[in-house]
Amino acid sequence: MQGKFIEEKIFKVLMVFSTLLIIIALGTILGSIVVKGLPALSWEMLSQTPKGGFYLGKSGGILNAIAGSFYIAIGSTFFALFVSIPVALYINIYRKKFSKYSNFVRLCLDVLWGVPSIVYGALGFSLMLIIGLKTSLLAGILIVTILIIPVMIRAMDEVMKTVPKGLVEASLALGATKAETALKVVVKQTLPGIVTAILISFGRAIGDAASVMYTTGFTDNVPESIMNQAATLPLAILNLVSSPIKEVQAKAYASALVLTIIILALSIASRMLTKKYTKNKL
Amino acid sequence: MSQIENNKGSIQVQNLNVYYGERHALKNLNIEIPKHKLTAIIGPSGCGKTTFLKCFNRLIETNENVNITGQFLVDGQNIFDPKVEITSIRKKMGLLSQRPYPLPMSIYDNITYGPRIHGERNKTKMAETVEYYLKQASLWEEVKDRLHSPASALSIGQQQRLCLARGLAVAPEFILGDEPTSALDPISSKHIEQKFIELKNQYTIVVVTHSLRQARRIADYIVFMYLGEIIEHGPAKELLSNPQHQLTKDYVTGEMS
Repeated sequence: MQGKFIEEKIFKVLMVFSTLLIIIALGTILGSIVVKGLPALSWEMLSQTPKGGFYLGKSGGILNAIAGSFYIAIGSTFFALFVSIPVALYINIYRKKFSKYSNFVRLCLDVLWGVPSIVYGALGFSLMLIIGLKTSLLAGILIVTILIIPVMIRAMDEVMKTVPKGLVEASLALGATKAETALKVVVKQTLPGIVTAILISFGRAIGDAASVMYTTGFTDNVPESIMNQAATLPLAILNLVSSPIKEVQAKAYASALVLTIIILALSIASRMLTKKYTKNKL
Repeated sequence: MSQIENNKGSIQVQNLNVYYGERHALKNLNIEIPKHKLTAIIGPSGCGKTTFLKCFNRLIETNENVNITGQFLVDGQNIFDPKVEITSIRKKMGLLSQRPYPLPMSIYDNITYGPRIHGERNKTKMAETVEYYLKQASLWEEVKDRLHSPASALSIGQQQRLCLARGLAVAPEFILGDEPTSALDPISSKHIEQKFIELKNQYTIVVVTHSLRQARRIADYIVFMYLGEIIEHGPAKELLSNPQHQLTKDYVTGEMS
């Protein structure tokens, strides 16, 4: 009896400790970003492009990177939607949800999800060489689209899986086609989940550094055309933090703070949506 | 044309076989479903009654690996003929499933969903349709002040009546019920049974039920199935009081469930 008791005790301590570790890790990261970034964060940081070069310039801001990141994230999320919704509907409504085929597609998506983003970057770069596309906003958007498609589809898939067969059959039984059922019933039923999937993908798109490194380039200017190079927040952090000048390093932390706030806001929004959605269903 | 008119509301099943992969789920069914009567399909669990019902509107095809042979004549037309448009078959068959599945929209839109996908655009006509069919399903009085609130807010019993109204709104010739009262409380069940009895003058109704008592209460005609075969069928009173086949006898007397 005593042995069991000790075993239980040890396991409990281990669980509490591990969970604390996670919270401490997040707290430390957030803390150091806030402590080092907040003093450097100013309206100038958000509203101006770098003055005197991103590497050495002490004044100016990171508007180039903020704008570039939003362009990339908005553009790629938009394009990814056009691939993701059809695939998610196909494997859940047109095919039987848990058929071999649908599960095979899910496996493919999970493998794609697991591919490191630097590989997407390299793939994009070699494709660009073949078709003669220069580093540009367009190239970045396209490669980030490919990067986030698996994330978006799987997030939508998880919600569409929960649509009861009876609901689909109810619509079919009224004489609706599969397309009508998919668009008017299933999309409607899962809309909050679809929005969550969009937010998650947006977060992934805005935070990824490696895929845009070779494809989008870097610049001090806000891009004016999709054929221009563009700066992004993750790369701005990388560039700024490697500068020897203290003031520039502080800007890196400010950039990290901006990026973290954006991603935090997105994940809180998606959690709130999911919560509201599940509450409505009960 | 006149022959088609005569056939309206009729169902003849000839040598119907259904296979799920290797499994022979329905074995050589032959039956004529009486027109404008209420037919109950009874039998123990797993006897194929739901599979059979799913053939009526071809929902069976949403399963993978299904193989169907034989003829299923609705209004004289074989519905499994590849040339037949599946949506036109389903429009003829109103379905009430085991549990109500209201569409994720308002009460009003649930009723107009069917007519809209079949091309109805006239707003006044749709408003009339909504009122008419909600009255037919005895739901109008309870929901007339909140037609535009979500259908999911209704009670289960109300949802099932909404599903009935929704099915009737596409003007079917047949009503199919797949144990339509099994999820409902006794009062709601009674409501639905009462509706079925009223509606059988206008529609040919086929109901799968696991409740022998329910079959006794509502059916004019009974089909008894066992292990994928139709063992016996006939007018309800005769079949229940004087079953011919030993299996039917056992089932009706409650020695088999």
